[in-house]
Amino acid sequence: MKNPQATKAAPAATGEPMKGADILIRCLERQGVEVLFAYPGGGSIELHQSLQKSKIRVILPRHEQGGAFAAAGYARATGQTGACMATSGPGATNLITGIADAYMDSIPVVFITGQVPHTYIGKNAFQETDIIGVTRPICKHSHLVLSPEEIPEVISEAFYLANSGRPGPVVIDIPKDVQQKTCIPLFPEQPVVPRAYKLKLAPEAREVEAVRKAIEEAERPCLYVGGGIISAGAEKELLKFAETYDIPVATTLMGVGCFPEDHRLSLKWLGMHGTYYANYAANECDLLVALGARFDDRVTGNVNTFAVNSRIVHVDIDPSEINKNKRADLGVVCDVKQMLKKLLRNPVRKERPEWHALVRKWKEDFPLRYADSHLIQPQYVVDRLYRLTNGEATIVTGVGQHQMWAAQFYQFKRPRQLLTSGGLGAMGFGIPSAIGAKIARPDQLVVEIDGDGSFQMNIQELGTIHCEDVEVKMIILNNQHLGMVAQWEDRFYGSCRGNTVLTNVRADRPYPDFVTIAKGYLIPGREVWKREEVDDAIREMLETPGPFVLDVHVEYQEHVLPMIPAGGTYKTIIME
Amino acid sequence: MRHTISVLVENKFGVLTRIAGLFSGRGYNIESLTVGPTQDRALSKMTIVTSGDDAVLEQIDKQLNKLVEVVKVTDLTGAGFTARELMLIKLKATGKTRGEIVQIANIFRGSVTYVHHDAMVIEVTGRTEKLDEFIELMEPFGIVELARTGKVALARSAQPTESLQEYDSHC
Repeated sequence: MKNPQATKAAPAATGEPMKGADILIRCLERQGVEVLFAYPGGGSIELHQSLQKSKIRVILPRHEQGGAFAAAGYARATGQTGACMATSGPGATNLITGIADAYMDSIPVVFITGQVPHTYIGKNAFQETDIIGVTRPICKHSHLVLSPEEIPEVISEAFYLANSGRPGPVVIDIPKDVQQKTCIPLFPEQPVVPRAYKLKLAPEAREVEAVRKAIEEAERPCLYVGGGIISAGAEKELLKFAETYDIPVATTLMGVGCFPEDHRLSLKWLGMHGTYYANYAANECDLLVALGARFDDRVTGNVNTFAVNSRIVHVDIDPSEINKNKRADLGVVCDVKQMLKKLLRNPVRKERPEWHALVRKWKEDFPLRYADSHLIQPQYVVDRLYRLTNGEATIVTGVGQHQMWAAQFYQFKRPRQLLTSGGLGAMGFGIPSAIGAKIARPDQLVVEIDGDGSFQMNIQELGTIHCEDVEVKMIILNNQHLGMVAQWEDRFYGSCRGNTVLTNVRADRPYPDFVTIAKGYLIPGREVWKREEVDDAIREMLETPGPFVLDVHVEYQEHVLPMIPAGGTYKTIIME
Repeated sequence: MRHTISVLVENKFGVLTRIAGLFSGRGYNIESLTVGPTQDRALSKMTIVTSGDDAVLEQIDKQLNKLVEVVKVTDLTGAGFTARELMLIKLKATGKTRGEIVQIANIFRGSVTYVHHDAMVIEVTGRTEKLDEFIELMEPFGIVELARTGKVALARSAQPTESLQEYDSHC
């Protein structure tokens, strides 16, 4: 069980015996954990008792899923590893969606679950679930702790794995008897690294030169950059690289903000609901340079017809991403920041006026837009929010139409400014992730843009917001529909509504009354019915101290456009 | 195409599930999988026989390497390697047929591990094809049941199997 490298020269343990639970909390403190999102239960009561003696701030979510998303929101907002805890059985299974979300979007979070005493494991004991088995395909690594002596190494390893290489969630399952047993702990001074875990961070000189040469030869290069830029903290290098080499930049949804969207080289983001010009540039270029992105199907559509006439350079820290979805002509495994730094040492300066003119024409001819209406268009609300917050707010979304509009019509200029469930697409992400983000960054204005469907999936977290004094501003783009599915119904299923309507036939108003619900949680709110009220209502929300719920009645009227149908190509893009 | 892959892993519980789960979760095929300890008690060696085109094999290699407890993945296919499998086969055998069965078993260097008045168990070791041939020859006598280990394999070289080729993460 022991890591041979870590224990080889280890001194003998000295000091007072400690309970397993106390050891674990001490380990979290040593890892620098300041905030723990934790919901107690029989399997984790010992850990919560230990926490009462600790300086770690414990946030009590109202549902374990809320705790999981909040920890991920904390990590997304800062890049620091989030920490989340739940009890055994149902507590642990309630974390699953949050763990899967962190896995899909490569977010560093350590999840700790209580477990039944180890002698009960496998007996179908009360609140027993094999959570290591359940989470195996949705976490970077996991560990069942069988003795208190192991805890320091296991926790050290968990935090190292979660936030090194390609980040991801790590699950630690700790039986109640291990929490109760005592031992004299030995805390490792250095991070514990599993011996088989090797990272290739530095690109080789020949690899850098090959990328450089590919760009030199290209007439129509395009950068396709993802969340890897943000994980690597490489936004400054990216900006300098794009400017020096003079190449247009399309980000993925996960990469939004890693390149300023008001920059002349920005194409905003590409994919199913990305801009016309980003999709055209990525497909009509002769060289596509993918940096920390993974050729997700929501980006490529039909992968076989995506960028068919381009050479593809793919730089990623995860070797398995190279050639997974799309064959790369040149794949390099390394830290993208190091690659960009090395490319900047000897830059290619090549003028490509025709290519830039073509890209400019696409941008001018097909900007993001929406139809005028006497109703409140959801895009209009996002646009007004952008202007009234001077583009400074951190935006957190749920999943669906509102998510796409938030990403399209707010202009992002810094990494970690848009927090959204990209890979898993988990509704209910918004409120709890905004809580985590605001707790992590109290200096920032955090606005959650949600839909009425997504909002109701973790609505209980309004309780956390009030009780923990978390100043989250919430805007509901309320169209009384599961709008994204309804949109697909309109486009592909003859508008036959298959359980996508959220209205209540017995109510004479939109259902439910969110402002009254917020009032029940002692959170102020306001409803908006008319377009003329929008600015005033947003101002009231921003000026009211503390959290606020703004319920904007937008009606189901709009489709998210542009849209490339699933499995389609950029040429099948729907513009209206 | 069929590939024989040797995987050196840390000897921790749950490793086998992680690897088997990776294959099922990503839709890769497993023909056989064997696992056992090595001379280093901290390590186990698995031999996996799988099949797929080049793109699938590249992903199997990379996804296996991505598991934290996997030390080394070596695709033996195309290199010189020795592979063996062990089989126990239980046959209907009467006084009339027993002699003939033992005769054939001797040709295959098999040995009798159990005899009953109307059945016997024979142990045979060898290449997969050899075991297949033996099964075919035994069919007329009546096979009650059989168990095979799946392949174990080592590189035919003076160095450990793991030094056979350097895993190339580039393309």
